[in-house]
Amino acid sequence: MTKSNLPRLQLHIPEPPSRPGEEVTFAHVNRGEAGAVSRPDIAVHESEVRDLPYKLIRVLDDDNQAVGEWDPKLAPETLIKGLRAMMLTRTFDDRLFRAHRQGKTSFYMKSTGEEAIAAAQSMALDKGDMFFPTYRAMAWLHARNYPLTTLCNQIFSNAEDPLAGKQLPILLSARDYDFYSISGNLGVRFVHAVGWAMASAYKNDTKISLAYVGDGTTAEGDFHEAMTFAAAYRAPTILCVTNNQYAISSFAGFAAPERLPFAAKALAYGFPGIKVDGNDFLAVWGATQWAAERARTNNGPTLIEFYTYRAEGHSTSDDPSAYRPKDEAAHWPLGDPVERLKDHLIALGAWDEEKHAALEAELKDKVKVAVKEAEAIGTLGQSKPPIEEMFEDVFAEKDWRLKEQLRELKARRARREGEGA
Amino acid sequence: MSETKRMNMIQALNSALDVTMERDPDVLVFGEDVGYFGGVFRVTEGLQKKHGLTRCFDAPLTEGGIIGAAIGMGAYGLRPVPEIQFADYILPAYDQLVSEAARLRYRSNGEFCAPVTVRTPYGGGIFGGQTHSQSPEALFAHVTGLKTVIPSNPYDAKGLLIASIECDDPVIFLEPKRLYNGPFYGRPDEELKTWDKSGLATAEVPLGHYEVPLGRAALTREGSEVTVLAYGTMVHVALAGIEESGVDAELIDLRSIVPLDIDAITASVRKTGRCVILHEATRFGGFGGELSALVQERCFDHLRAPIERVAGYDMPYPHAFEWDYFPGPIRLAEALLTAVEYR
Repeated sequence: MTKSNLPRLQLHIPEPPSRPGEEVTFAHVNRGEAGAVSRPDIAVHESEVRDLPYKLIRVLDDDNQAVGEWDPKLAPETLIKGLRAMMLTRTFDDRLFRAHRQGKTSFYMKSTGEEAIAAAQSMALDKGDMFFPTYRAMAWLHARNYPLTTLCNQIFSNAEDPLAGKQLPILLSARDYDFYSISGNLGVRFVHAVGWAMASAYKNDTKISLAYVGDGTTAEGDFHEAMTFAAAYRAPTILCVTNNQYAISSFAGFAAPERLPFAAKALAYGFPGIKVDGNDFLAVWGATQWAAERARTNNGPTLIEFYTYRAEGHSTSDDPSAYRPKDEAAHWPLGDPVERLKDHLIALGAWDEEKHAALEAELKDKVKVAVKEAEAIGTLGQSKPPIEEMFEDVFAEKDWRLKEQLRELKARRARREGEGA
Repeated sequence: MSETKRMNMIQALNSALDVTMERDPDVLVFGEDVGYFGGVFRVTEGLQKKHGLTRCFDAPLTEGGIIGAAIGMGAYGLRPVPEIQFADYILPAYDQLVSEAARLRYRSNGEFCAPVTVRTPYGGGIFGGQTHSQSPEALFAHVTGLKTVIPSNPYDAKGLLIASIECDDPVIFLEPKRLYNGPFYGRPDEELKTWDKSGLATAEVPLGHYEVPLGRAALTREGSEVTVLAYGTMVHVALAGIEESGVDAELIDLRSIVPLDIDAITASVRKTGRCVILHEATRFGGFGGELSALVQERCFDHLRAPIERVAGYDMPYPHAFEWDYFPGPIRLAEALLTAVEYR
């Protein structure tokens, strides 16, 4: 039966505000005022803070001053350490991205524009707390002085690769640095972080976990599974959405239609969600501290949306000028995290352009030395771990299949070498 | 050996959990309905009361969440034993099992591992239709990094479950639900014989701790004419089929398909020169294909007949046609005769 008086149905496809060649618009971004959001008690019931996801927590104002209740009031030396970690991340990223273009590695991903988040959290949390990262969180390791040469060895998949050639560049694992193994399947670790936190609570430990997903990954079932579990068992965990506005080329409007704040997703699960300026080192630190105190005192999980912007491509395989205006990054209303912390330190009188330039040169040099050291061991294809490694760690102990396959591979090699000789 | 008791498979599995929880405070059990209620098949009955709320508890209805959380617990250092209520419902957790549990050790170069034992009832014969009857073992056997264990009697069920929990690799522990209360010979009209009344020695279960090692098959019946490879419910169906056929067959109960006891298989087939593979799962791409290939590769010169496969037909589990579909003793008997009569 036709209903001729009704309009025909139309399928809605979300579209970003601007495409290449068009004028950049961030009219939808409501920056709010730095310092305007009040900081609730850590034991607050979520029913009292349901407005928080709709506000943006900021500490650094437009005059480069730290203002408001979320200011963690850090010593200038701590801020300089943070600045250093962020600058090191950026310098390292630039150098290793070039190394990919030179064929020295198969793959690389930069964190440009998002360095404040992992740098501040790495410093704000305790040794032993476990971080379940994404691939855009190398600042965590740089803040804890992970050896650069080792990192290059992993990226070059050479004989000294700490993961022995078993995993893609950047998808690191660094247990001694509280950095959980990264896989390319995006949301899975969110659930692991909750399980890890439950285990810590089960053992009456004091450690908490921290996990990231990107804006796009909130659409995965894993996100909702993790949120459901975290809520049900009040897991001592900090669950973060690093909203950098893009899932490769798809704008965040696919995962959050009508600009719903990702932080608001927490409301449906019954624990607090907060939205934080991810390009504000101090706001990231302050928010993390609040969530960590909640977790450590059995007040349960917190969802934090870090509002940020992916200033460069998704990976070495991506060209963002194909889907967004070329100059969009320059218009991001919340600025650049490195510049903002630098300007704040200068405003405090603890930093100046000369010191900044000197640090930049020092870090460039440090990265250069590390890359050279790793290159001396070998880059992709020139050097790799011993072939036996390929068969290790599939199981705790090799079964007959792996033993036979290793024997077969070795025998073939020996034959071919014999023929060659 | 310690004191023993007649147990059905449910009691034996319960005892395995109880014993390991007693010995190791890092063992915990969770899943849908497993806590206060004790599980829909009662395998976790009494564990919450005895060991405490935090050691045996209920979970939200999210299989991916259950396995994902268990992996995180494993990475912390616990030995979680999650239950998936029916193997038919494990697929939402497949990504967590395949991409995460199975690979965590490898991709982190040994920094992290997931010593998780996933218990789940599987298999047909209970009029459970498509969603309570499937045998998905091939989906797990194909995934390197996972172990897949399938007991066929109470004694093995307890010993294998203890070995699985104490193993540092992730294990899929498939419990043949048709065998929970008694052996099943594939004759649906026959009255159920409970384990207690079965007269079988395998229903005599030690009360204490013991392991049945993973990767070691059991020689259930010695014979000379043909080797039958089976696991789970099909071990009993095989005995019935052998009897039906009158063939002097040797029956090997694989007990775990990963790790696989290749030596037991090859020794037997080299002796008998014939091989019939029996499983409940659908035939095409089933684990029988792998067994058949291995036997052909390793026993070719000893084979006197083509390898036979008896398996479920290639369709979703058909409710009203359960006994037409089920690879019962008559179908096995036919295959045994085909094998021994081959010239």
